Amino acid sequence: MSEGKPLLEIDQLSVHFPIYGGVLRHQVGLVKAVDGVSMQIRRGETVGLVGESGSGKTTVGRAICNLHSAMSPDVKLGGQIWFESRSGRVDLNGLARKEMLPHRAEVSMVFQDPFSSLNPRMTVQQIVQGPLCIHEPDLDQKALDERVSQLLDRVGLQPQYAARYPHEFSGGQRQRIGIARSLATRPALIVADEPVSALDVSVQAQVINLMGELQQEFGLTYLFVAHDLSIVYHMADRIAVMYLGSLVEYGSAEQVYKSPRHPYTQALLSAVPRPDPDGKRAKRTVLQGDIPSPLAKPTGCGFRTRCPLAKKECAELVPELNDRGTGHFVACPVVE
Amino acid sequence: MSQPLLQVKDLHTYFNVEGQRAWACAGVSFDVLPGEFLGIVGESGSGKSVTALSIMRLIPDPPGRIDSGEVVFDGRDLLQLPLNEMRRVRGRDIAMIFQEPMTSLNPVLNIGRQVMEAVVLHENLSQEESRNRVIEVLEQVGIPDADKRLKDYPHQFSGGMRQRVMIAMALICKPRLLIADEPTTALDVTIQAQILELMADLQNQREDSATILITHDLAVVAESCDRVIVMYGGRIQEVASTRDLYQQPLHPYTKGLMGSIPQEDSKGKPLFAIRGNVPAILDFPPGCRFCSRCEQVEDRCRSEEPPLVDLGGGRAVRCHLVEKLPSNAEAEEAAP
Repeated sequence: MSEGKPLLEIDQLSVHFPIYGGVLRHQVGLVKAVDGVSMQIRRGETVGLVGESGSGKTTVGRAICNLHSAMSPDVKLGGQIWFESRSGRVDLNGLARKEMLPHRAEVSMVFQDPFSSLNPRMTVQQIVQGPLCIHEPDLDQKALDERVSQLLDRVGLQPQYAARYPHEFSGGQRQRIGIARSLATRPALIVADEPVSALDVSVQAQVINLMGELQQEFGLTYLFVAHDLSIVYHMADRIAVMYLGSLVEYGSAEQVYKSPRHPYTQALLSAVPRPDPDGKRAKRTVLQGDIPSPLAKPTGCGFRTRCPLAKKECAELVPELNDRGTGHFVACPVVE
Repeated sequence: MSQPLLQVKDLHTYFNVEGQRAWACAGVSFDVLPGEFLGIVGESGSGKSVTALSIMRLIPDPPGRIDSGEVVFDGRDLLQLPLNEMRRVRGRDIAMIFQEPMTSLNPVLNIGRQVMEAVVLHENLSQEESRNRVIEVLEQVGIPDADKRLKDYPHQFSGGMRQRVMIAMALICKPRLLIADEPTTALDVTIQAQILELMADLQNQREDSATILITHDLAVVAESCDRVIVMYGGRIQEVASTRDLYQQPLHPYTKGLMGSIPQEDSKGKPLFAIRGNVPAILDFPPGCRFCSRCEQVEDRCRSEEPPLVDLGGGRAVRCHLVEKLPSNAEAEEAAP
């Protein structure tokens, strides 16, 4: 693993969605889905991004792949996403469609739901060769066929499945098709958005193992977005924890999982059920209430409304990520 | 030993699929004791939900049908009851919590009315008394300001709060058996911890009643249940106390499920994965239902289905290769 320049450097990323209402359709609110997130991803490593639903983790993944401008044209983007592409360093954030296109070969995505992320009217061959047709237009059909059957073979599907349609496959097999598609253009970075959460337990393990093998073989870098902490710990070299659009803790997998410092990370970890009936666990801290709406964020620290350690000052000061030594960042002034 | 609260005997339920009978629940027998927290674990398609729906007689007919068997509750076979008497059992004696808190509530009726429905149907209370009962039960499941929220509609509640409302609906008539079908699958881990804690508290408050928790998550079972039934392919594969099951899983399928879960010491190593996928319901092999995915498969497994053998001490296993508890087998070998 090279310790040199990071492959991806996110600097103060913010993604805000305006909400329109009333007769005149004027702006009535602003959802700050991601608010000032900075992190680095080094070449060849896996960074796990965890948080509850509504924490903004998927939005970060989509921002890296530049999928927001396509879906919601009003989105307000801020900050930079520096990516070390084959042709030099580029800021992917908010790139226009045409400028983003060449970089899509290098940054690809595996989606959460293997049922809705494959076009039901396309054969597996068409799905997997899609990115190749765009990024390597010189390939003839014979070369495409060959590449597709190599890819299918690599993800553990029989090459003759290429002529079939997605509905003929189980969830785990579909996710393998999605992975084959994301690998087609030999990307450097794969953003995997909850790639196993829709799968059965026994199939989850297969897909996790496959992703590990592919990383070794192709030197892939993963941003692994998930809510299941035990899977993230298994996969990741470093873990970033998000709450309400901001990072609250960031460090090596051992640091975050074994000695979490932020009260939110501690609560999140203690909520994870352990498959061990005699497990000696510290007393569980059950968080009260739900994650607040990103429309009406608390002032100061976003977590203070549910935090067991909250003090008066927390309402005023927005905590910043501070290095607690050896690359373990925590955004909480109370835990020193 | 106290009388079982519920006895399921040789339950068979099938669905008509493509003109054939697909046995979703094939010869399931088990007892539920008063005060017990019983877990039923299995992947999708294992028959765990069909078993629960068969107990409640909620199998949609057609295409499904409960073919044979007995469900004895309170000395009566529920399967033989006339429909109007069965209606008096549902909600009053046996209540069910469904998986999707988003779709199981009626979006056009307010919460108060939906929770009150069971009281109005089953108990002869005045309007005022029913209203107080609803407020009491909503407070019991941890909904703040319950009296002010009666007029609110489901969309005004978060996912965790909706699941609390579902639990309140199930508990309002103080049922003796509560069946919870994947009650936390759609929820975040922190909310899951709240709901599991609530269910454990409520179980402790109602000593002679019992809970059946249906889940695919072995870790959730380890945290909450006293006893576990592992299902695969519509059949019970293993029964054990939670502690025995985790210390020494006997069935190859149970072992596979346990190995699929990332543990702290498995980081960086490939997970043990069960090969293949859960077959479609008509494609289960003859003989042992798990033989197509089992690592230890022998010839007889493919032709002859093993019986569910009672090993004593509350353990039972359906596998040709496990005829004795390993501890007993070792003792016998050691003896001259």
